[in-house]
Amino acid sequence: MLADIPLLSLIIWAPILGGIWVLIAGGERNVPTARVIALATSILTFLLSLPLYTRFDLSTADMQFVERMPWIAAFDINYHLGVDGISMPLVILTTFITVIVIISSWSVIKQRAAQYLAAFLVLEGLMVGAFAALDSILFYVFWEALLIPMFLIIGIWGGPRRVYATIKFFLFTFFGSVLMLVALLYLYAQGGSFAIADLHQLPLSLTEQTLIFLAFLAAFAVKVPMWPVHTWLPDAHVEAPTGGSVILAAVMLKLGGYGLIRFSLPIAPDASLELSGMMIGLSLVAIVYIGFVAIVQPDMKKLIAYSSISHMGFATLGLFIAFRIFADTGSMAGAGMGVQGSLVQMISHGFISAAMFLCVGVMYDRLHSRDIKDYGGVVNTMPIFAAFMMLFALANSGLPGTSGFVGEFMVIMGSFKANFWIAFLAGLTLILGAAYTLWMYKRVIFGPVGNDGVAGLSDVNGREILFLVLLAIPVLWIGLWPAPLLEILQPSVENLLQQIAVSKL
Amino acid sequence: MAQNSQTMYLAIVLAPLFGALLAGFGGKIIGRVGAHTVTIIGVAIAFGLSAMTFKGIVFDGGPIYDATLYTWGVIEGVHLEVGFRIDELSSLMMTVVTFVSLMVHIYTIGYMHDDPGYQRFFSYISLFTFAMLTLVMSNNFLQLFFGWEAVGVMSYLLIGFWYQRESAIYANLKAFLVNRVGDFGFLLGIAAVLMYFGSLHYATVFETAPLLRELTIQVFPGVNWSLMSVICILLFIGAMGKSAQMPLHVWLPDSMEGPTPISALIHAATMVTAGIFMVARMSPLFELSETALSFVMVIGAITALAMGLVGIVQNDIKRVIAYSTLSQLGYMTVALGASAYAGAIFHLGTHAFFKALLFLGAGSVIIAMHHDQDIRNMGGLRKYMPITWITALIGSVALIGFPGFSGFFSKDLIIEAVHHSELPGAGFAYFSVLAGVFITALYSFRMYFLVFHGKERMSASVRSSLRETPGVVTAPLIMLAIPSVVIGWMGIESVLNGELFGHSIMVLPEHNVLGPIAANFHSAGGFVLHGITGAPFVLAMAGVGVAWYLYLVRPELPERIKQSFALLYNVLEQKYGFDRFNEVFFAGGARGIGTVLWRGGDAAIIDGLVINGSARTVAWLASVMRHIQSGFLFHYALAMILGLLVMISWFVIL
Repeated sequence: MLADIPLLSLIIWAPILGGIWVLIAGGERNVPTARVIALATSILTFLLSLPLYTRFDLSTADMQFVERMPWIAAFDINYHLGVDGISMPLVILTTFITVIVIISSWSVIKQRAAQYLAAFLVLEGLMVGAFAALDSILFYVFWEALLIPMFLIIGIWGGPRRVYATIKFFLFTFFGSVLMLVALLYLYAQGGSFAIADLHQLPLSLTEQTLIFLAFLAAFAVKVPMWPVHTWLPDAHVEAPTGGSVILAAVMLKLGGYGLIRFSLPIAPDASLELSGMMIGLSLVAIVYIGFVAIVQPDMKKLIAYSSISHMGFATLGLFIAFRIFADTGSMAGAGMGVQGSLVQMISHGFISAAMFLCVGVMYDRLHSRDIKDYGGVVNTMPIFAAFMMLFALANSGLPGTSGFVGEFMVIMGSFKANFWIAFLAGLTLILGAAYTLWMYKRVIFGPVGNDGVAGLSDVNGREILFLVLLAIPVLWIGLWPAPLLEILQPSVENLLQQIAVSKL
Repeated sequence: MAQNSQTMYLAIVLAPLFGALLAGFGGKIIGRVGAHTVTIIGVAIAFGLSAMTFKGIVFDGGPIYDATLYTWGVIEGVHLEVGFRIDELSSLMMTVVTFVSLMVHIYTIGYMHDDPGYQRFFSYISLFTFAMLTLVMSNNFLQLFFGWEAVGVMSYLLIGFWYQRESAIYANLKAFLVNRVGDFGFLLGIAAVLMYFGSLHYATVFETAPLLRELTIQVFPGVNWSLMSVICILLFIGAMGKSAQMPLHVWLPDSMEGPTPISALIHAATMVTAGIFMVARMSPLFELSETALSFVMVIGAITALAMGLVGIVQNDIKRVIAYSTLSQLGYMTVALGASAYAGAIFHLGTHAFFKALLFLGAGSVIIAMHHDQDIRNMGGLRKYMPITWITALIGSVALIGFPGFSGFFSKDLIIEAVHHSELPGAGFAYFSVLAGVFITALYSFRMYFLVFHGKERMSASVRSSLRETPGVVTAPLIMLAIPSVVIGWMGIESVLNGELFGHSIMVLPEHNVLGPIAANFHSAGGFVLHGITGAPFVLAMAGVGVAWYLYLVRPELPERIKQSFALLYNVLEQKYGFDRFNEVFFAGGARGIGTVLWRGGDAAIIDGLVINGSARTVAWLASVMRHIQSGFLFHYALAMILGLLVMISWFVIL
């Protein structure tokens, strides 16, 4: 009976309908009602997503909670949903982070607050849809549609240069997406199906695979973002309101990594192998180059944005070292460490980057500045906040015992198997990550009271403590005991590795 | 039985953790007295149980414990676990760590009496004790790394405890980053272990190690290196960071910006010895690589000699002791390189007591001097602070290795052991540790004479208020002075006959440098008598004599020597220029690279040339794409929605 409930559809449409309800119910005069509806909707959606975990079958790599209905029958396009061990944690991440964002926006947004909250709810549904879609056109529709609320969030509630940031964000992502659509259409022309599982089986020549890989890469690399198509992200983060930054960093970037795993690798395994050198190179550039760039950022949000790019470098690195190991040893043994590490890194980064952006948001709400030089000695007036930010800063530096360590550790362990120097360069993050995070922490939080603004700061209130605690829990949990998460990932990652080890040529 | 011991070991680790959490989160509620009570009870429980464990395993011949607590994660069949390995080596470390920690907790009541961060401080030092225990009790590399980084973080938080001081928050960031350089090597070493052994469990790795002895690895294409050498040297780089070996020593002197109790606990007795402990723990691996052993020995020898020399020119009481610690850590490292692991751990143990004693004694002096740490402003303190004076004297003679005191036994053992070593670099190491004896005596007694004897150089107002520090400060001094005297007598025999460490340390027959010493050993008394006739004793006495002559008899001489040897003095004063070099080359270099990549790479090339330059191309390309796909209904719909929203939002924004 319980099994008949279309759980994924509920998780997708409940927040979208809730968002519409918020729009209708909460005008400028009815903001409190809007908040309550928004919070209730987000919590309900989160609760709805929990059975995905509790009733998840750990023994299989098959899609679970599958729903399938014809949508556009003429082209065999289906409303086809399902999750496996790779997408399920990302769905729960999305529903969890949305609750956090609603709480964090509670009284911060003054203008068009109802629309703001509604945008996040709609966005939540669309993001879950993208993670759960098993039909490539359905995926594409969600993927494109979720740009719209994000575009509005930055464009309407953003900072002074929001127009520039929005257009840059839109052009980058839209350009990539268009190429992805071309690739999907080509694949349909070849195999006559839009089902992702069918695309995985489609035989393709190396040239076809390479072109398709590059077309997908245009879409996914922008989202991750990978160097050198990353420059939209710092601008978008700086102009976005806190909630927008949180969703952007915590969930939307993951869509890029998820796309690589779901589409690029299994559809074009030979091209992935062929181009793995380039992908590893770009990932290492992201880790090292961006690590250096992050050190010198004068703007806290920009610094964390660059730190995100550097951390996401681990996500892409972990995926493609699998191919190097395969090329060297002829088997995928040992490659799972990197791929699982990549996924753990994505999920962990979801919590940590959210927390870091919220920490900056907490300070921004009080002093309306993101510049490091406008702070100094915040610990004197905000000791509780300083303690929380210390925890998240250490997690951002990959401290063992926090989730930030797990993914990096696994990817470095995996890289060593591929090549000493890959591990060496990736390992530099131990130093760089600590340098940019803790140097910022030193200048912002430690020291004597920097100015009158800092002297007048009030410490975090109950609502702020609530969302910081809610984020601290998964950060510590995954750090101290990642076994449950690894259990979820294991069968699906193994299945993926088997898939990509078979040449399509 | 096993269940009982597991509960007990858990209690050892968790008691300080609970104390820390209570004092940290409930500090406001339980107050100052509550905070120090819960943390002291926690650490006291840990110490009591550790001592019982030590007795049970070493004296009563109890079983070695090696079991998993919980599975951290399973990746591709590799079980990464959290668990304990309790044998002779770890139980000894547990006892030393918890004892010194307990003393420091008690001492802190007096030292931090007026500090507004009282509860926070107790929470931190208890949390540190927890981290240090997870490190030494681990049965696998992963948990070792957890503890390794956790003690680093606690050190970071404690050095920066007085966060309003610019020098403190500079020093703690520096300490953390330099340690991270070491950890970087350490993590690569762990990666190599995982890749070649397929496990991170000590017992499995140590068992398999001899089979992989001949394996080589190509770090540079075409160049074959012994796998064991690569693994051991990578692991040792971690030890160089944590145990402050050159050139990663630069953070330790600066760490003195932290409150004195943590200088004693973390930066003398426990955390800095983690590297020494780690190498001893890995003896089954290091024994397989003479290259790595030689490397370890030479690094240790350089550190022992060079850092001792810097100690002579320091004027801050804590910095003198800090350089002394660096030099003594060098001794331990030399011993490790000579395969005298037992000697290294023995010296680690004796050093923990007498160095903690010296630091706490210095803290006592600092309290009396109203937080003036310059030894040039002291002098003649023995009259005012008899307990501090006597205990500091005991600490000093133990440090210089005066026969009969604890430092003598361990240091003489190291010197003898290095003498027997036949590895490349042993000759240099032998010279360094011998010369180091003279230097140690010189800087130790320079400080001792300047502080406790001679003219009273402090201002009249300070002098009028000079008095012995309260009981919570002096009691730990006395408690530490006792082992500083007796622990050598008690330990030497069991170190040499192998009882103390049992099978927890592995030495190959051809590296057994302690064997010949053990063969000639009859009794501790005989060892002392032998020591009095040896070269180290003469050198130590010469050092004391020179210090006495220069700083008590002819106090104007040092200034003249300083001027005659200005160049040498400047080199030492500048600490060989490491700080300046790191500041300019690494810190400045990183900021320079970052700026160039940001302004040049991101802003000028990617955004400036490529993105803005191709903006029109993108628009053109997009329009072409749209034509290609215009046959599809859904795309029309999507484009319409998008277009509409772009227009709406455009309208809203403007």
